[in-house]
Amino acid sequence: MTETQTRSRPLSPHLQVYRWPITMVMSIGHRITGGALYFGTVLLVFLLLSAASGEAAYDRASAVFGSIPGRVVLFGYSFALIHHMLGGIRHFIWDSGRGMEAGTRDTLAWANLAGSAVLTLILWAVALAWH
Amino acid sequence: MTTTSTMRTPLARVRGLGSAKSGTAHFWHQRLTGLANVVLAIGLVTIVLMLIGKPYAEAIRVISHPFASLILLAGVISAAVHMRIGMQVIIEDYVHGEGLKLLALLANSFFAFAFALSAVYAILKIGLARLV
Repeated sequence: MTETQTRSRPLSPHLQVYRWPITMVMSIGHRITGGALYFGTVLLVFLLLSAASGEAAYDRASAVFGSIPGRVVLFGYSFALIHHMLGGIRHFIWDSGRGMEAGTRDTLAWANLAGSAVLTLILWAVALAWH
Repeated sequence: MTTTSTMRTPLARVRGLGSAKSGTAHFWHQRLTGLANVVLAIGLVTIVLMLIGKPYAEAIRVISHPFASLILLAGVISAAVHMRIGMQVIIEDYVHGEGLKLLALLANSFFAFAFALSAVYAILKIGLARLV
């Protein structure tokens, strides 16, 4: 507290005080997954440049992505991609002027979370079956 | 973000300065590339699924198929634009020092450009090498 800030005025409840609405969690999630996808583009470049560099480099990249840590990273990356995509579709719904009502916005937010979890699991079931 | 107190209204302060000339371009480009990314990301995931367990020659055959190459090229370009202006908003929200903000915005542009350039180079190299 400095001298200029001696007035103690009532503050509105901050982050740690109240229960987080699901819409807020999904909003933060949209930004975090966007940031993760941003840096995760390195993975795609690594894959493509390896493929463009020859068989040895590609086999090395395949081994990296196929390892347990590699799969964990790819699992997280696929979840981020799907979560961000569904979040973006939610934004398109809002852009049309719909889906902002009290009940609907919560349903949409939960659908975003549940949908991304389910779709990620389906994607990996397909990937493992394919393999 | 200035906190200078003034008696002048916001309208009086901007009057005569002209518009920023970009208007809703940022918002629109985010939506445009976002819509494209929905389709192109599904294509990218499908292509990656097709690479699973494939030996090198077959993987190259998948990526170098014109349709796959075009999906990848379009996806990389659209994603590069989308991620650049998306990260720009994040930087503008959290980095307030003018110098640091400028540096972060520059780094953001260079990163997005480096991503696009290296990915496009790799896709073209794979796609065109097959003809030789």
